[in-house]
Amino acid sequence: MSALKESRLWRILTSPSRMMITVSAVIILISVVRQFTGINDITSPGATGATIRFTIPLLMAGLGGLWAERSGVINIGLEGMMILGTWFGAWFGYLYGPWVGIFAGAVGGALAGLLHAILTVRVGIDQAVSGLAINLLGAGTARFLSGVFFIGAGGDVNVSPQVKSIGSFTIPGLSPFLTHLGEKHILVVSDVAGVLAGFVTSINWASLFMFLALPITSWILWKTRFGLRMRFCGENPVAAESLGVNVYRTRYIALAVSGALAGLGGAYISVVVTGNYLEGQTAGRGYIGLAAVIFGNWQPAGVLAGSLLFGLTDALRVRQSTSVHALLLVVIALAAVYGISKLRKKDWKGFSINIGIAGVVLAYYLINKVVPDEFVTFFPNLTTILVLAFLSQRLRPPAMAGAPYRKGEES
Amino acid sequence: MKRANKLFWALIAPVAAILFSLVFVSIILLIKGAQPLSTFHLILSYGSEPENIVAELNQTIAYYLAGVAAAIGFRMLLFNIGIDGQYRLAIFMAAVVGGATNLPSFLEIPLIVLTGVVVGALWASIAGYLKVKRNISEVISNIMLNTIASGLIIYMLQPSRLGLKGVNSDNLATPMIPKSGWMPTIHVFGGELYSFAFVAIGVGILYWVVLNKSVFGFNLRATGMSFRAARASGVNAPRMIFITMALSGGIAGLTGMGELLSQTHTYSLAFPTGYALTGLALALLGRNNPIGVAFAAFFWAFLEQAAPILDLNGIPKEIVMMMQGSIILSTVASYEIVKRITRRQQQRLVGAVDAPRVETDQKGEK
Repeated sequence: MSALKESRLWRILTSPSRMMITVSAVIILISVVRQFTGINDITSPGATGATIRFTIPLLMAGLGGLWAERSGVINIGLEGMMILGTWFGAWFGYLYGPWVGIFAGAVGGALAGLLHAILTVRVGIDQAVSGLAINLLGAGTARFLSGVFFIGAGGDVNVSPQVKSIGSFTIPGLSPFLTHLGEKHILVVSDVAGVLAGFVTSINWASLFMFLALPITSWILWKTRFGLRMRFCGENPVAAESLGVNVYRTRYIALAVSGALAGLGGAYISVVVTGNYLEGQTAGRGYIGLAAVIFGNWQPAGVLAGSLLFGLTDALRVRQSTSVHALLLVVIALAAVYGISKLRKKDWKGFSINIGIAGVVLAYYLINKVVPDEFVTFFPNLTTILVLAFLSQRLRPPAMAGAPYRKGEES
Repeated sequence: MKRANKLFWALIAPVAAILFSLVFVSIILLIKGAQPLSTFHLILSYGSEPENIVAELNQTIAYYLAGVAAAIGFRMLLFNIGIDGQYRLAIFMAAVVGGATNLPSFLEIPLIVLTGVVVGALWASIAGYLKVKRNISEVISNIMLNTIASGLIIYMLQPSRLGLKGVNSDNLATPMIPKSGWMPTIHVFGGELYSFAFVAIGVGILYWVVLNKSVFGFNLRATGMSFRAARASGVNAPRMIFITMALSGGIAGLTGMGELLSQTHTYSLAFPTGYALTGLALALLGRNNPIGVAFAAFFWAFLEQAAPILDLNGIPKEIVMMMQGSIILSTVASYEIVKRITRRQQQRLVGAVDAPRVETDQKGEK
């Protein structure tokens, strides 16, 4: 979606008055689909709550990827950093309480981020090699440490003891009212109420705390001197150096923050979502975070949109697999409307492609009763490939992300 | 003298890397309260028992092919992290085709092997296409393709589609390949060695010959060294990149074929994952050299085969995993450092030759 950001359509959609129309249209579309299919879970408070829980780790990993890539270093090690976050979060959470655990998760991730910085920035090895080795090292370290620490403390080689839960808050009055309204299944009204109820009912304090990383990242990257320098390092490190920016130091800081964010995402999974460390519980979310960065066109708001979309499909799959099937109707409608809008400019190719997509999805919708779980699990990956394949001209990655840079050497 | 110097600098990096990781692991072992020396001795003696040697050699075949697949990519500066998805999809489809046909052996076995190669190459060429036509990093697209391959395999393995419930377990598996598609094993050291080893050796020889003795190999290496220079001298560089990616995927499709043809005769989810990372590590360790990769693959298989004995002696076997991780990192780091030292040496050498002449030139001008 946000690859559309550079396009004319996007500018029209995002002008304030039009945006209200767009948002309303999407809400109406979803509620019509809900009414039509009778799958009320799509806009229930429970589904919203689950979406939040699934989105936060992806958002943190995505923001971690954003910090790294904006400074010019690709961070494939996000997965390993998340794994360290889950381990440190659970163990220190068990010892000293959940908030200490979350902090420790950030520290664990940041250490791995610094290792990535030393290897790629100082030693100068290939960024992909370093990232993959960190994934291996992260998984190995967590497994080793589990064997050493958990068994004596009431856990097992791959399970940590339980962490005390962080409190959550519910806005009194508003929450029961909205939930009640949501259960009436009135077109549009109940849908809005149901989703809003999800945002005010038993929201974990940690979710709120983590979400703050988004505006803070946005502010640092675009409103501070450091952020400007950091983005400069990602676009043209040689020029940045010549203007007195310490590229090495900037990248060190960016990668430490990147690791810390991924570690926070990991700690969120182990401390908040499951309440203990389970081996393999990150399940490749670090890679999906990387996908969210691409999907989000290297913009914080885009990363949020990507992680929300991927988190939503994940949450719906876990709750009720027919929901994902119902959402196909939304995709069909959007593709059809977008295709028809192409007619105005007599863009026959765009028209037929979009109508074709709508037709294929519609055929799939009619033939099958559910979308297989396996397809939903790789939905983020497939989306990323498609975005890269069809919208790559509109993507604007940092120019020098991934390129090796040595001080004093023209690359 | 010069040659000895060159050899010294070529060997110092892997030796330093292994020493570094031994020290690193020793420190961890000491923290854990285990004796490093006796632990290493345990690994060595258990790993070199005859029946384990055969298991190691069988594992080496798969690792070696993954390593060669990665090495082909590296020669073109392509980072084929998609080996994992390519190999699993290839072996899966090969098992499906093998299970569905019943031809005489001399047709059945080549059919299965060829299916693997073609599927691996096709899956890899998606990433190759995206790289050439859309300028998308093959690392990102391959990571995504790996997950998609996993999902597709699980989807197709469902009993209602191409899979069956396993004979002895609940594991989903493809139908058994008929006897005509089984490859014999060789009886050595009291174990059964896959005869697919010969194919692996053949692939190694072919890799060396094609890369070093053919026009195609020359173009490939030239494009890897300098895209622009190769293009200027008339090589169709994008096409070379696409072909290299497909070739790498094709070899990746052979990974695990020995196990399929000589041991399991069916594909199940029990087939190991993570061959991409191993293959890349081995190609790095062996410096893309077919013999170097073979040694590295055996070393890797040796470590893994010996790992379970550690658990029995109260030492976590994850030590081996950490050892491998630190070997990868320290190898790459030491190659990078050695490269920089030798370059500086050369520069000094060039400087020593050039400096006096420059001086006289300047004097002459005065």
